[in-house]
Amino acid sequence: MMGSGGAIVMDEDNCMVDVAKFYMTFICDESCGKCSPCRIGTKRCLDILTKICDGKGEPQDLEDLKELSNVIRNNSLCALGQTATNPILSTIKAFPEEYEAHVKDHKCPAHVCKNMMEYFILPNKCIGCGLCMRNCPVGAIAPGTEPAHLPNGNVNPGKFAHVIDPKKCVKCGSCLSGCRIGAITKR
Amino acid sequence: MALVNIKINGQPYQVESGLTVLEAARKCGYVVPSLCAFNHGKCSLASCRVCLVEVVGARGLVASCVYPVNEGMEIITNSQKAVEARRASVELILSNHQKNCLQCPKQGKCELLEVANIVGARDQKFVGEQSKATIDQLAPGLMRNTAKCILCGRCVERCKEAHGISILGFENRGFNAIVGPAQNRSFAESPCLQCGQCVNVCPTGALYENEEIAKVDEAFRAGKKVIVQTAPAVRAAIAEEFGEPIGTTGTGKMVAALRRLGFYRVFDTNFAADLTIMEEAHELMDRITKKTAPLPQITSCSPGWINYLEYFYPEVIPNVSSCKSPHMMMGAVIKSYFAKQHELDPKDIFVVSIMPCTAKKYERQRKEMPNDVDAVLTTGGVMEAALRTAYFWLTGKEYQEINFTAVRGLEGVKEAALNINGTEIKVAVTSGMANAKKLLDQIKDGTSPYAFIEVMCCPGGCINGGGQPFVKPIFLPNEDDDILETYRAKRASVLYSEDERLVIRQSHNNKDIQKLYKDYLGEPGSELAEELLHTSYDAKRTRFPEK
Repeated sequence: MMGSGGAIVMDEDNCMVDVAKFYMTFICDESCGKCSPCRIGTKRCLDILTKICDGKGEPQDLEDLKELSNVIRNNSLCALGQTATNPILSTIKAFPEEYEAHVKDHKCPAHVCKNMMEYFILPNKCIGCGLCMRNCPVGAIAPGTEPAHLPNGNVNPGKFAHVIDPKKCVKCGSCLSGCRIGAITKR
Repeated sequence: MALVNIKINGQPYQVESGLTVLEAARKCGYVVPSLCAFNHGKCSLASCRVCLVEVVGARGLVASCVYPVNEGMEIITNSQKAVEARRASVELILSNHQKNCLQCPKQGKCELLEVANIVGARDQKFVGEQSKATIDQLAPGLMRNTAKCILCGRCVERCKEAHGISILGFENRGFNAIVGPAQNRSFAESPCLQCGQCVNVCPTGALYENEEIAKVDEAFRAGKKVIVQTAPAVRAAIAEEFGEPIGTTGTGKMVAALRRLGFYRVFDTNFAADLTIMEEAHELMDRITKKTAPLPQITSCSPGWINYLEYFYPEVIPNVSSCKSPHMMMGAVIKSYFAKQHELDPKDIFVVSIMPCTAKKYERQRKEMPNDVDAVLTTGGVMEAALRTAYFWLTGKEYQEINFTAVRGLEGVKEAALNINGTEIKVAVTSGMANAKKLLDQIKDGTSPYAFIEVMCCPGGCINGGGQPFVKPIFLPNEDDDILETYRAKRASVLYSEDERLVIRQSHNNKDIQKLYKDYLGEPGSELAEELLHTSYDAKRTRFPEK
């Protein structure tokens, strides 16, 4: 259950941990700060979710998150706090495998959590046009050593497939949205 | 009071109706921790969630500090759900609390630490970012550190209830919420009275007094003649700091201890109180007979009240006695008469006042009273005595007893009437600015029926001052349940029993006072007395002082 937003349709591109984090950010903003479970507890939930989304999660964090969510639900003064952790509890219940992938394998199955994903140019699809290189705001993309291919599979003479330097990449997604032939993916 | 039948953990009890679940459980001997509970649940915000218990039939856990008992109620304090909920609440509060307990001004008197022990809170159970903190150390009397604040709201309620001025309030939302003067100003930049009532109720070290003990140490090291004076209210409460029950007299031990600490002389502020009474009685007589200034005259002994006067009622300043407060008079006399008598340079004398009052720390620094007192350390009845003296001067007879009765319609105000040479004069006593406001409004409207009013800033007077030992039931296992109602009377009884033992109970009969006037001051209201013992007030002090 996620507040009174009616029905929200999400597909496999939505990370459920990130969705829970989004709702907790909202709740932390909305908390009036009167009672301690809501004031401090929701902030601690957000701290744990942020840690998981940053790829630093441990299996123990899941247990802590469940315990803390129940504490906030039982102890809070008003209905805001009492329902604040529903997004966490329901996503953990319905999508436990997504949480486990985050804390055990440090992978985000939906490739949303930026610390656990990277953009990648498929060398056999890249035509070497250089559009992504021009779009990249931080200059993380350059031509590589492998030859580029035309859409029909032939080598594009004189062109090289581009590569992304993960150390420079800020994961803004400009290359992905700009690529006209779909040679860039998240992994 | 009607009784109701309740069950606590399966045991049947009969308790008074109207109690909260928390009070009922404590009366029946159950330990339920609490932090924000205040004033019988009337002012509790139920915000700390540390007193949660299960009530059969209620939805979820209930905050026992505000939940009233009902006939047939079944309360469960020791279920796993309730115990774990209370522990989690405390652990959450601890996770956003500055835990440098060794440097904490409330070390040893911290209710949060005590409650954490009771619920068995685990340190570091929850960790994470801390709220942004404000540390206010600008004001002379009070300090604030929001990193230790648990937002229980007791200080907010206390300020509102005692003085009706609500200096402290909640600010910001959520995790950034803090308690402080408006716009998170310093106490020094708000019309705070520096009375310290908020310090008295704060469960943690978020509000504390500005300690001046280092200055005293320094004076000792510099080889100054360090003279100490102790206020009457201190001896009524200081024994509490050493584990004695409330209401134990500490006068003898305190004086002996001060001497052994190396103080050059130990004086009693009561002596200066006699001096204040002589001067105030003289002023009152002048006001009644010569009409030198408007009636009613109002006492000026309480610096918190003087702060209130200057901030909120500058138009009433002509009614206020120009006398300095007793401890400032004492300082002035020590640095003039005493210094001359003992052939000491006033510069070599360092006067320390041990007071029940945090506002005295501000008063010490007033520009109108330079250097009378050098440091204030913390731990009524002026009008009654001044009346006895004024009565004696006006009629030539000793007045025996003044009976004060509560004024109808004016809660917290007591009045009395006495007959002086055929004219009846009415006098009133009040404490707490919320109560005093009613009398001040009468003066402003010109409808005040009184000739003399005594105002004390702190509710209940100096024995309940902001610098007195804390009265926290959680640390007083041997006191009765109703200690918060009775401690003022118990402390006051120390002073009354001392008063009864005295042979001379009128200021004008005090031989030393007579000698002081004969040898040095001349007579009450003389030029020298005006210079040493009187002061002036600042009608233009801004409500919100600029930086």
